[in-house]
Amino acid sequence: MEKKNVPQDFSKLENFTREVCYAVDENGNYVTELSTGWDVKTTALDVAWSDIEARVNEARKQVLEGKASPVLFFMELRLMDIGIVAAYTGFWKWSIKRHMTATGFKKLSEKKLKKYAEAFNVTVDELKTMQVHEN
Amino acid sequence: MKIDFEHVQAAHCENGVTKNLLRFNGVDQITEPLAFGIGSGLFFIYIPLLKINNGPAFAFRTMPGNIFKRTCKSLGIPVVRKKFSSREKAEKFLEERLAEGKPVGCQVGVYYLSYFPKEYRFHFNAHNLVVFGREDDNYLISDPVMETTTSLSKYELERVRFAKGALAPRGQLYYPKSNVSVSREQIQSGIKTGIRRNIRDMLYIPGNFAGVNGIKFTGKKITKWRDKLGEQKAGMYLAQLVRMQEEIGTGGGGFRFIYGAFLQEAHAFIPNDKLLEISTQFTKAGDLWRSAAVQAAGIYKGRLQTQEDFNDMGEFLFQIADLEKQAFTALSKIKWQ
Repeated sequence: MEKKNVPQDFSKLENFTREVCYAVDENGNYVTELSTGWDVKTTALDVAWSDIEARVNEARKQVLEGKASPVLFFMELRLMDIGIVAAYTGFWKWSIKRHMTATGFKKLSEKKLKKYAEAFNVTVDELKTMQVHEN
Repeated sequence: MKIDFEHVQAAHCENGVTKNLLRFNGVDQITEPLAFGIGSGLFFIYIPLLKINNGPAFAFRTMPGNIFKRTCKSLGIPVVRKKFSSREKAEKFLEERLAEGKPVGCQVGVYYLSYFPKEYRFHFNAHNLVVFGREDDNYLISDPVMETTTSLSKYELERVRFAKGALAPRGQLYYPKSNVSVSREQIQSGIKTGIRRNIRDMLYIPGNFAGVNGIKFTGKKITKWRDKLGEQKAGMYLAQLVRMQEEIGTGGGGFRFIYGAFLQEAHAFIPNDKLLEISTQFTKAGDLWRSAAVQAAGIYKGRLQTQEDFNDMGEFLFQIADLEKQAFTALSKIKWQ
C-alpha cells in the first residue's frame, strides 16, 4: 500500500482515535500513517453488528413467546456464548442450557439469579424483565 | 504517582507494549516492526471448528503473548510474568511495581474497556496495555493502539484484568526485570532467529489449517461457502475474515505490511539486499490481501452474489498463498554471514 492511498474513510473510531497503518512512501520506504478508517472494514463491522442485532431480536421474541428465558436474551445482548456465560457464572454449560428454557429459569434460586445478573451487568429485576441499560 | 513513560502509538497492541516497555528499559534500538519480526509475529490460521462471535476463527498473527516473550528471549532480556488467583494480590503487586517506578504490561479483556467505542468491544481477552501510574482512583494507561494515553478507574482496571472466557488474562502482568542494553550483534542474531522461526511457522507447520497451506485451504473452503452456508452467512464469514485481517491492530493487509517494514529495518542491521527485495514481496502480499478484502466487501454488501464471485475470492487466496510461499522460501535461502 502506498502512503497516499491509506484510506481516510469514516469509522466508528471517530472521536476515539485514529489507527496506525504501515505503507510505503514515494521512494519505496516503509513509513507509518494515521488512518481514520476504511469503508471496507467499517462495513464488515456493520455486518457483524446487524447479525448481533438479529440474534438479540430473535432471542427477545423467543422469550416473549415463552420458548426461552432471559438468560438467552442477555447472553446474545452481551455478545457472549455459553462458554463465556459459564466462565462468568461458574455454572456448568448443561445447566445453563436448562436455565435458558422458560421453565428452567422459573426454578432458579435468588442466589443463582444474582449470579446471572452480575455476569450480564444488570440487576435481578432487569434480568427478569429484559430491561436494558447501557454502560 | 506517575512514571515518566513515553507513550508511542503502534499499529498492534502487543508490538506496541513490547516496544514501549523495552525502550523504557534501555533498549533504544527497538521499533514496532523489529519487535514484530524478532518475535516471529506473522502467521495465518483458520480453525473451522472454533467459533468466535458465531463466526469462524481466523488469525493473521502468532499466539498472543509470543511476541513479547520471544523478542525478550532473543535479545537476552529477563522477564517477569505473573498470573493471579486473587484480585487483591493482583492489585497489590501492580501497586508495588508502580511505587518502584516500573511501568507494567497487562493482558486485559476488551469487552469492558471503557475508552474503546462500543462497536469494538467484543469478548476478546488478549489485548495488551501498559499501566504507568496512578492518580487518586485512576490508573494511567498507555494503550498502544490509542493516539494518546488514557485512564481506567481501579474498578475498571480490575474488571478488564479479570475478564473471563477464552484466553482469560487472570490478572496477568509482565515487564522486563531490569534495565538492559542490547548490542547490535544481539539485534542481528534476534533478527535471524525471528526470520527462521517465521519460515518454520509459515512453511513447515504440520496440517493444512495454518501457514501458507492454511491460506490455500481457506481459499478452497470459501469457494464452497455459497452453497454450503447460503449467501448471507457466507457474507458474514467473509466479513469476519476481513475484520481479523484489517481491524485496528494489524497495520493493514493482515500484518503483511508490518512484516515488509521489518525486513527493511532488518537491512539496516544485516545489509543483505535480498531483504529489501523480499520486503517488496510482502508489500505485494499485503496489497493482495486488501484487494481480496474489497472483493469480500462486494459479497457482504450484496453487490457480488454469484458462485463466480466466490471463486474469484478463493482465487485471491490461492495467489496470496503462492506469493507468501515464494517470499518465505526466498528468505530461507538467504545465506547469513
